[in-house]
Amino acid sequence: MSRFKRKGKKGIGAINTASLPDIVFMLLFFFMTTTVMKEVDLKVNIRLPSTTEAKKLEKKDLVSFIYIGKPSIHFQKLFGTEPRIQLNDQFKAVIDIQDFIAQERDAMNESDQAKMSVSLKVDEETKMGVVTDVKQALRRASALKLNYSSIKVDNMR
Amino acid sequence: MAKREVQPINAGSMADIAFLLLIFFLVTTTMDVDTGLMRRLPPIPDKDQIDTDDKIKERNVFVVLINKNNDLLVENEEMSIYDLRERAREFIANPDDRENLPEKDYKDIQFFGNVYVPKNPVISLRNDRGTEYGTYLMVQNELLAAKNELRDEISMQTFGQKYDDLDEEHQDAVQQYYTSVLSEAEPKNIGGGN
Repeated sequence: MSRFKRKGKKGIGAINTASLPDIVFMLLFFFMTTTVMKEVDLKVNIRLPSTTEAKKLEKKDLVSFIYIGKPSIHFQKLFGTEPRIQLNDQFKAVIDIQDFIAQERDAMNESDQAKMSVSLKVDEETKMGVVTDVKQALRRASALKLNYSSIKVDNMR
Repeated sequence: MAKREVQPINAGSMADIAFLLLIFFLVTTTMDVDTGLMRRLPPIPDKDQIDTDDKIKERNVFVVLINKNNDLLVENEEMSIYDLRERAREFIANPDDRENLPEKDYKDIQFFGNVYVPKNPVISLRNDRGTEYGTYLMVQNELLAAKNELRDEISMQTFGQKYDDLDEEHQDAVQQYYTSVLSEAEPKNIGGGN
């Protein structure tokens, strides 16, 4: 009988937390691998339009982005408030697009070049004039796969 | 001197360090996925290519114009953007075989057999340089939605699945059932230039 008594006296030991770091590391690695650091600083203000038919953009490394919108506050003194085109980290003009596309294309594997597409991130309030010019420039550069970046919503109204 | 046993390193703070890193990555992670409307631009036409625009019959073309005040003119009628989808659907499918909507013809399509469908409706979209991008994209969206809705309906009826869930072969068949080409007018530079 005394054997049972002794056992009861012992109480509950501290929980072994040795595996806690392992669990945390696992989570850590998950977030490290999924994190995408922002590649460019946006110098223009962009509020994307919403559409119901938007599809997910696959294979982001095959996509080049063109940003169009009003320069953000710090740049307005220098560049005014008219919508401007941003390629990579700089304000550019429509004529520079052809070079930009050629550059982006060169940076890719030869086998991927045909799959290259361009995503236009354009502010809602931009006038179509600039966008049309950009589209024409893209056609001239024969970058014909185009994606109008927009936010997916379920209902427009 | 007695040899002392090496004490194990205290790893208790390892969790804290890992937590710190974890929280940093948690905060900086943006899980947003890019979404958008996929479109294909037409290649630049050859200089000596003949304009074929006027060879398409008027009933096969659905003209959408957007002016600089973001108003729509659809088939010579003013229209709200919210009615556009319905009209576009009617145009693409022509369910009542009306005279002023696209011509229909019998066509052999895999899985469907011989069906009576519109031959080749064309949607023509033209916008002003002053049109807002938001409106332009909304119109594109409605036109695309009209086609997608019709395709979803027919594949639901025939295969009991949504268009997106079908395999490639079936998708091709559905694409042939409802075809419509969106053509954007070549921008015209009134002020000259190139």
